[in-house]
Amino acid sequence: MIEVNDIHKSFGENKILKGVSTSFEKGKTNLIIGQSGSGKTVFLKCLLGLFEPENGSICYDGRTYSSLSGNEKRNLRQEMGMVFQGSALFDSMTVEGNVMFPLEMFTKQSQSEMQDRVNIVLKRVNLIDAHNKYPSEISGGMQKRVAIARAIVMNPKYLFCDEPNSGLDPKTAILIDNLIQEITEEYDITTVINTHDMNSVMEIGKKIVFLKNGFKEWEGTNKEIFKTDNAAVTDFVYSSELFKKVRQMYLEERN
Amino acid sequence: MFFFIIRTHLPFNIIIFTITRLIFPMNYLASIGSYFIMIREVFKKPTKWRIMKSLILKEIDELIFGSLGIIIFISFFIGGVVSIQTALNITNPLIPRNLIGFATRQSVILEFAPTFTSIIMAGKVGSYITSSIGTMRVTEQIDALEVMGVNSLNYLVFPKIIALLFYPFAIAVAMNVGIFGGWMAGVFGGFSTSADFVEGIQLDFIPFHVTYSFIKSILFAFIIATIPSFHGYYMKGGALEVGKASTTAFVWTSVVIIIVNYILTQLLLG
Repeated sequence: MIEVNDIHKSFGENKILKGVSTSFEKGKTNLIIGQSGSGKTVFLKCLLGLFEPENGSICYDGRTYSSLSGNEKRNLRQEMGMVFQGSALFDSMTVEGNVMFPLEMFTKQSQSEMQDRVNIVLKRVNLIDAHNKYPSEISGGMQKRVAIARAIVMNPKYLFCDEPNSGLDPKTAILIDNLIQEITEEYDITTVINTHDMNSVMEIGKKIVFLKNGFKEWEGTNKEIFKTDNAAVTDFVYSSELFKKVRQMYLEERN
Repeated sequence: MFFFIIRTHLPFNIIIFTITRLIFPMNYLASIGSYFIMIREVFKKPTKWRIMKSLILKEIDELIFGSLGIIIFISFFIGGVVSIQTALNITNPLIPRNLIGFATRQSVILEFAPTFTSIIMAGKVGSYITSSIGTMRVTEQIDALEVMGVNSLNYLVFPKIIALLFYPFAIAVAMNVGIFGGWMAGVFGGFSTSADFVEGIQLDFIPFHVTYSFIKSILFAFIIATIPSFHGYYMKGGALEVGKASTTAFVWTSVVIIIVNYILTQLLLG
C-alpha cells in the first residue's frame, strides 16, 4: 500500500502539486487521471522517487521515502517496476536481454535460473517467439508487453505505468489493460497507472484519482465515476458524445 | 566596455566582478559545477563487475578499434603534408636535408598525433557518445535505469572513461603511421633520400617528448569521454536537441582540449 500525505512539488515559481493526499491499495489497479498539465506525470515521478516533494510524505508499506537512507532508497526502488509511456526498452539489447537486465544487475542467480525466470515472464505476457528480436523489430504492443515483462521480472511490490495504452490500437490497448489487471491480482502488487484512456478508467479503475491544477479534485471507483456530480470530473471523463450517451444510459437504467 | 568601467572609477572588486561575469556568465559556471558533480557521481556505486567488464570491452571495440581506420588515414596524410611543407620551405642549401625527417618527427610526436587526432576524435567519438546517451535520455531509457536503482552515470560513462585509457595506444599508432607517411612523401616525392630522412628521425631524439605526448593523450581521452557524456546526459528536448547537443559537445570538447594542450605544454616543456 502506498500512502501519500499532502505532497507539494514546484519547479522554480511554477507550483505543480499543491497538496495531494491519497492512498493506493495492494492488489488493485489504481488510476491517476486528469488533463494535460494537471500534474499527473510529476505525481507519478514523485511516487517513483525520481522527484522529491518539498513538503509532505510518501509511505510505501509503512516506509517513509524521505526518511530512508541512500541504500534503503535503492533497495526500495528494486521493489518497483515501471512501464514507461514509450516502453523505454534498451535499443542495444534483445527482448531477452531487456527482461534479463534487472536480474543480471541485482541478483546472484545462475544463467539457467535467470533464463527460466525470463521464459516464465515472457510466457506470462504472451511473448514466446520474440526472445532474440531487438525492440526496433517488434510492434508497439509487443514493446509494451516486453516493458511489462521487464517490470515484473523481479517480483515487484509496486508497479507504475505511465500511459501504457498510448499509441496502441483499441484492441491491443484492452489486451494491455487486462494483462496489467491480471498481473496486479495474480502477484498481489500495488499498481498505479497514469492514463488518459477512458476505456481503462471504465474497465480497470478499481480506484481513480482525478487531478486538476495540482490538486486532488476527486477520487472513487469506476462504478462511482458514473454517479458523481463533480462537474470537473464529468466534463473530463464524459467529454466525448459516446461516453455522454453511455453515462446517460447507465443513469436511466439505474432509475 | 573595459575602458568605460575604468573611466567611471568604479571600485576594483566591481570591475573584477564585471569582467568575470563577461568572460564566465553564470550559466557557464553552473555548467562547470554540474560537470564536476557528474564526475563524482560516475565513480559512486559501481555496477556489478561481470556487467561492467562486458561494457568496457564493448566500448574499447567501438571507441578505440572503431576509430583506428580514420586515425591511420589522417595520420598518414598529415605526416606526408608536414614532410612536403618542410622540404618546400628549405631553400637555403646550407640547411641539411635531414631536417625534413627531424621536423616531421617533432611535429607528429609533439602535436599532430596527440592534439590533431584528439580534435578529430572529439568529432567522431564525442558526437557518438553525446547522441547515444542523448537518445537514451529522450527515450526515457536513463529514467528506466534510475527507477531500477542503477547508477546510470556509472553504467553509461565509467566504461567509456576506462575504454579511452587505451587511447595512448591509438596515439602511438598515429605517431608511427604519421612518420611513415612523412617518409613515403619525402622519399617517393623526391624531396629527401631515405638515409637523410631516417637520420633526421633519429637526430636529437628526446624520449620525454613521447612521454609528454602520452600524458596529453590520457588527459584528452578523459575530456573526450566526459564532456560529450555530460552534454548527452543532461540534454532536454527531442531528436533535434540531440543533434544540437552533439554539436555543442564537439565545440566544447575541442575548446577544452586546446586550452589543456596549452597548459600542459607550458607545464611539461616550458
